[in-house]
Amino acid sequence: MADALHTDAPGRGPSEVEAARQAFQEALARYRDVLARSQERDALFTTISGDPVEPLYVPDDPGPDYLEKLGFPGEYPYTRGIHPNLYRGRLWTMRQFAGFGTAAETNARFKYLLRNGQTGLSTAFDMPTLLGYDSDHPRSLGEVGREGVAIDSLEDMETLFDGIPLGEVSTSMTINGPAAILWAMYLVTAEKQGVPLEKLRGTIQNDILKEYIAQKEWIFPPEPSVKLVVDTIEFGAERVPQWNPVSISGYHIREAGSTAAQELAFTLADGFHYVEACLARGLDVDAFASRLSFFFNAHMDFFEEIAKYRAARRIWARHMRKRYGARDPRSWRLRFHTQTAGCSLTAQQPEVNLIRTAYEALAAVLGGTQSLHTNSMDEVLCLPTEHAVTLALRTQQVLAHETGVANSVDPLGGSYLVEALTDRLEAEAEAYFAKIEETGGVVAGIRDGFFQREIADAAYRYQQEVEQGRRLIVGVNAFQQEEEKPVEIFRIRPDLEREQAERVRRLRSRRDGEAVRRELARLRRAAERDENLMPYLMDAVRVYATEGEIADALREVYGEYREAAVV
Amino acid sequence: MSEKIRVLIAKVGMDGHDRGAKVIARGLRDAGMEVIYSGLFQTPESVVQMAIQEDADVIGISILSGAHMTLLPLIREELRRQEAEDIVLVAGGTIPAEDVSALKREGVVEEVFTPGQSMEEMVRWIRQRVEASPASYARG
Repeated sequence: MADALHTDAPGRGPSEVEAARQAFQEALARYRDVLARSQERDALFTTISGDPVEPLYVPDDPGPDYLEKLGFPGEYPYTRGIHPNLYRGRLWTMRQFAGFGTAAETNARFKYLLRNGQTGLSTAFDMPTLLGYDSDHPRSLGEVGREGVAIDSLEDMETLFDGIPLGEVSTSMTINGPAAILWAMYLVTAEKQGVPLEKLRGTIQNDILKEYIAQKEWIFPPEPSVKLVVDTIEFGAERVPQWNPVSISGYHIREAGSTAAQELAFTLADGFHYVEACLARGLDVDAFASRLSFFFNAHMDFFEEIAKYRAARRIWARHMRKRYGARDPRSWRLRFHTQTAGCSLTAQQPEVNLIRTAYEALAAVLGGTQSLHTNSMDEVLCLPTEHAVTLALRTQQVLAHETGVANSVDPLGGSYLVEALTDRLEAEAEAYFAKIEETGGVVAGIRDGFFQREIADAAYRYQQEVEQGRRLIVGVNAFQQEEEKPVEIFRIRPDLEREQAERVRRLRSRRDGEAVRRELARLRRAAERDENLMPYLMDAVRVYATEGEIADALREVYGEYREAAVV
Repeated sequence: MSEKIRVLIAKVGMDGHDRGAKVIARGLRDAGMEVIYSGLFQTPESVVQMAIQEDADVIGISILSGAHMTLLPLIREELRRQEAEDIVLVAGGTIPAEDVSALKREGVVEEVFTPGQSMEEMVRWIRQRVEASPASYARG
């Protein structure tokens, strides 16, 4: 492919090439200067043989578009990374996703992970919590505590973080439809621990657009849902400045079967939609953009994945700067968390999943992720056992401390293959942006099933490739084993659901019912007046209104969303 | 020629993971079956109701949330109550082997298709099962 070579573009005169070389040398000098002032971790930055490894490698004779396309880490357009020395300064956050059963059980798993060297918490909630129902709601039957922890009220949130200093640990919460409600519970829990909101660090996923596109856990229709997201962004910018109020997520888009280009394009398009919604509220782009964070998948195609992260950074930087007029460089930087691909794991020979996860994790790190979750080998069968989750964490630790990949930034930058893939993914994403614009924007695309159809098509094509044996999956359509060894299965206690339902019923009889009615009424009125709901949600949570009651109050105002099923 | 086999692919409960359901729906359609997809968040009652209305030969429940041991027996119960037990009930998704045996042993579902199983096997199983069933002869 000719464009892979980055040869001098036709029509450029020798003086332009010379000017580009000059600019490169100046940028390099600037970068070296920044590097000299950067802190480094206490680690050996040498090969095992003892040779030094440089923080960054650059071409001797860069092409004229080097600065425009690649530049230097920590500099626009951030293709090579958002920090000058990346993991030499600080390793990525090792953030394993955990949550099951009751708040008390998940609290114990959190403490186990922290004792074992995990550096951030990540919370999985059960389906009723994700959809805004209490544990004793008839629709919650069979679902309580199964795919995550059941949180009905502030009482459960306090138990979940009991003995965990919220001022010191950074917490991620995978919650979307009711994110504002759960965040309010978290903020009040922190207040009760005596931690000022300004000190809190963490992330709520809070990306409702990808729910309609892929993950399918919503409560309200798109418009009021996006309004709630903007409420959290606005409140965060003013009161919780170190918090990431939204983690714009491609992970689930990919898990639903999208291609890498679709994951990239749809995720960034969602991001642009939130930016535009915030601008429409009257917020200054530089007041909130730096707190928007991203969440990508790490699938099996090693080089395509690395290229995807690099393209994402470059596209985001350019759009934020040129299209939305952000002036603060922090608004241009795309920071992201990565999770290895759950959908790449196989039920057959589950131990092989350790190997898949390790390669995927390597791609994420070579792509410059800020935070990483490595899936446990048994996740395709059940929630992870303690043994499996420990091995998943060890996978990251081996990568960080033994392989040397954390020694330099963007080690594959300049690879003909990786640069060509990066350019191609960028071009495919731009083509999708144009298509989305044609359909009338992200919300219109959701409502008429554009995204859902694109993803379903890609999922079906992939499945056919596997069925026809053109794409080999070890253990599934190649190298099968006659006898599969039984694996240990993690099970949720059967009486848990009854206990949790009982707990929320007891809470309702114990608390000040009058105060709950009053706060819910205030919340409803504020929703009708389109005010920022965060303060009202915190007040409702404080008097122990349950998640289901709060969601119901908002359902009365906003209604519920129903999807037109697309196959 | 007998009429096409009719299959209702359904999601019950709160689980929104619909990739598998959609891939299966298309695969069965490509194999020449008449496929109805329920959309998300169905109840056991609404699934059975839909199957009866659509005159389905087979209900395929796709489930990944771990709620299978609660929801699948409720669907079986509803089929019994509606006297619609001629409809074949199968399931697919993340269901541990132990649970698969229990569900089949207790007559809740006739078959469970787990991750990695091929479309071809599924199509063959459904064809054999429906064509062997007296209910479908009566209708065909």
